[in-house]
Amino acid sequence: MKRLILALMLALLPLTPAFAVQPDEVLDDPVLEERARELSKGLRCLVCRNENIDDSNATLARDLRLLVRERLVAGDSDDEVIDYVVDRYGEYVLLQPRATGANWLLWAAGPIMLVLGFGIGVAYLRRREAMPEPADTVALSDEEKARLDDILDK
Amino acid sequence: MITELGHFALVLAFLVACVQAVVPLIGAHKRWPGWMAVAEPAANAQFLLTAFSFAALTYAFVTSDFSLRLVTLNSHSLKPMIYKISGVWGNHEGSMLLWVLILTLFGATAAWFGGNLPPTLKARVLAVQSAISVAFFAFILFTSNPFLRLAVPPFDGQDLNPLLQDPGLAFHPPFLYLGYVGLSMAFSFAVAALIEGRVDAAWGRWVRPWTLAAWVFLTIGIGLGSWWAYYELGWGGFWFWDPVENASFMPWLIAAALLHSAIVVEKREALKSWTILLAIMAFGFSLIGTFIVRSGVITSVHAFANDPERGVFILLILGFFMGGALILYAARAQAMEAKGVFSMVSRESALVVNNILLAVSAFVVFVGTIWPLVAELAFARKLSVGAPFFNMAFTPFFIILGAILPVGAMMPWKRGSITRAFRPLRGAFALAVALAALAFALQTGRSAMGPLGLFLGSWLVFGAAVDIWSRTGRGAIGDRSRRLLRLPGADWGKAVAHAGLGVTMFGIAGLMAWEAEDIRVVQKGESFDIAGFTLTLEDVQRVQGPNYISTMGTVEVTRDGRTVSTLYPEKRFYPVAEMPTTEAAIDNGFLRDVYVVIGDPQDKGGWAVRTYYKPLANWIWGGSILMALGGFISLSDRRYRVAAGARRTRGPAGVPAE
Repeated sequence: MKRLILALMLALLPLTPAFAVQPDEVLDDPVLEERARELSKGLRCLVCRNENIDDSNATLARDLRLLVRERLVAGDSDDEVIDYVVDRYGEYVLLQPRATGANWLLWAAGPIMLVLGFGIGVAYLRRREAMPEPADTVALSDEEKARLDDILDK
Repeated sequence: MITELGHFALVLAFLVACVQAVVPLIGAHKRWPGWMAVAEPAANAQFLLTAFSFAALTYAFVTSDFSLRLVTLNSHSLKPMIYKISGVWGNHEGSMLLWVLILTLFGATAAWFGGNLPPTLKARVLAVQSAISVAFFAFILFTSNPFLRLAVPPFDGQDLNPLLQDPGLAFHPPFLYLGYVGLSMAFSFAVAALIEGRVDAAWGRWVRPWTLAAWVFLTIGIGLGSWWAYYELGWGGFWFWDPVENASFMPWLIAAALLHSAIVVEKREALKSWTILLAIMAFGFSLIGTFIVRSGVITSVHAFANDPERGVFILLILGFFMGGALILYAARAQAMEAKGVFSMVSRESALVVNNILLAVSAFVVFVGTIWPLVAELAFARKLSVGAPFFNMAFTPFFIILGAILPVGAMMPWKRGSITRAFRPLRGAFALAVALAALAFALQTGRSAMGPLGLFLGSWLVFGAAVDIWSRTGRGAIGDRSRRLLRLPGADWGKAVAHAGLGVTMFGIAGLMAWEAEDIRVVQKGESFDIAGFTLTLEDVQRVQGPNYISTMGTVEVTRDGRTVSTLYPEKRFYPVAEMPTTEAAIDNGFLRDVYVVIGDPQDKGGWAVRTYYKPLANWIWGGSILMALGGFISLSDRRYRVAAGARRTRGPAGVPAE
């Protein structure tokens, strides 16, 4: 909670307007830069509202971007960089939550519902299929027949 | 004085709503025509009073009456007129007033066009609708009154958030609200039908136009919002899976499911209780959306009014209406026996699959949106759920939906066969596969997303074409073409909306797969290349706007030596709000956008410039327009009106509209 309050306070401060990735941040090695961009897209800018650090203008996002690039240049693998950042900032920084602990519920929610939905759907359709035609659609009453003949000009 | 009259009108509207929520309901129960008849004039009075109140607030904004707290906080005398007007709903209090204005408008239209409804159903629908009004009038009057005065009016206002000073955003909320609130009609119909204890084909036909209208407005509203994000936020993102966006997307998904399942009710008198449940859920998600936006419980880009007291109030409204409706549903749903019999493979089952996919995808969005809250409260874990999760968890449902849609749309009612429904589509399928293969061959070594999008898009578009062509029957091409033009609006609407979905899918996939980006420091006069275009930063100037200062670049875009266009990207500073904004300059094209953003001056001279090549960007919104257009065409189907007349003469109903 404390971190949230801090985050909100920081969000309200007039931050120096920068604009997302600055030219001076870009790494010379295009492969490393590409990896840095991909990693940045999965990391949350802690002081922003639901923005990743790649898109964010905040100074803190810039610091994080530089940190990610620093780790990459130092030779870390993608996972090591993520672990490094998570160790320092907590899992709040991950935009794609890890499927650990209770989080498996989040990941499994869609597939479980889909299976459940299809199960109920198939059961319903089976029942419908097995059902006899309702009486009132099987035969017309004499009155209805007369009216039908009337309409059909017989 | 006008302000006080507006305030007074709002209080009166609240009282009228209280009467309308109670009297017709008792009248319908006791079969007293006089009591039921109260609903109609009350609905009109409610609407007129609210409209007057809204007009009074607009007047205060237009004349910059800074003795009003709301105007001071959200307006400025130098602001252009259009934003003075849009400022009325660019804040919490005003937007809630717009919300009830639309709510009462829908109530009034139900009174105007509901002539063919059975009197008890009509009275109940209007009473339920009015009960919703009561809740929101109370919310406005007790927690967010827009008509509060300031004891000491300041000389000038504090200006509207500059991000909101934009034509796209000026019209985004009204459309979104028309959609959200339009679903209240479906809700009122569902609850009224539960009270009546009767759901039949006619009910399906009455509820469908309202749902369709709401869905069309939601489509337009979401499209406008996404378009705004694309050009205003400065990096060309069009969808962020932000809680507030999800709040509008969930009702859209449920409404799409509802308008498909209502077809089954209307044509085959099946899926009744499911349709009722969807109608309740659709409005429920609208309320949840309002709660998310208004309470700020889930922090997000759009939360410009965070206030826990208001959040609790909306939560109470949500609890009351959802709880009440679901209890009623549990008590009465059993009574709704289905009539139509159909086989496992039929149009009915195809629509069931459509409903499962749409409902489950809405559920995934819902779980992802509230998960951070759940995780924090229940597991003491502070975590985020962002775009990567949603892209991964949500997209498969729409890929499946797109893949089976054309076949399902061709399936006959009652009993069909997949092979027979697929047969006329073979050509469309082969063409879609060929196009995707071609794209895959041309784009060496990129992700399969682009080709997959092209396959789904062309499969949906060609499939829709085959579908509508098959409706013309047999015979010479000339005869069939003539018949094609005379096909009912419902057929055209279906084809256009399905094709629109395909266009949007292709646009999204193409943009995400084939985008190119360039970030660099550019000196005045320097050129650089991106995706076959050459851009030259000709000049950078300081420009004074009406209520902002701008740094404007002049960028010449050429291709093979020929000028394509000249772009003027801006960086604006709004001194009153002390906020900078970036105004991207975009050269819109049919197949691609060139998107330029200018940044800060650099220490060693030159300017930071960000350039994007965005293929197919406009297809996303083109497809949304097609979807909305399809809805409008379907809405215009004359069978809705013919059937209305037919019922009055107690004759047989016409062919159900689709």
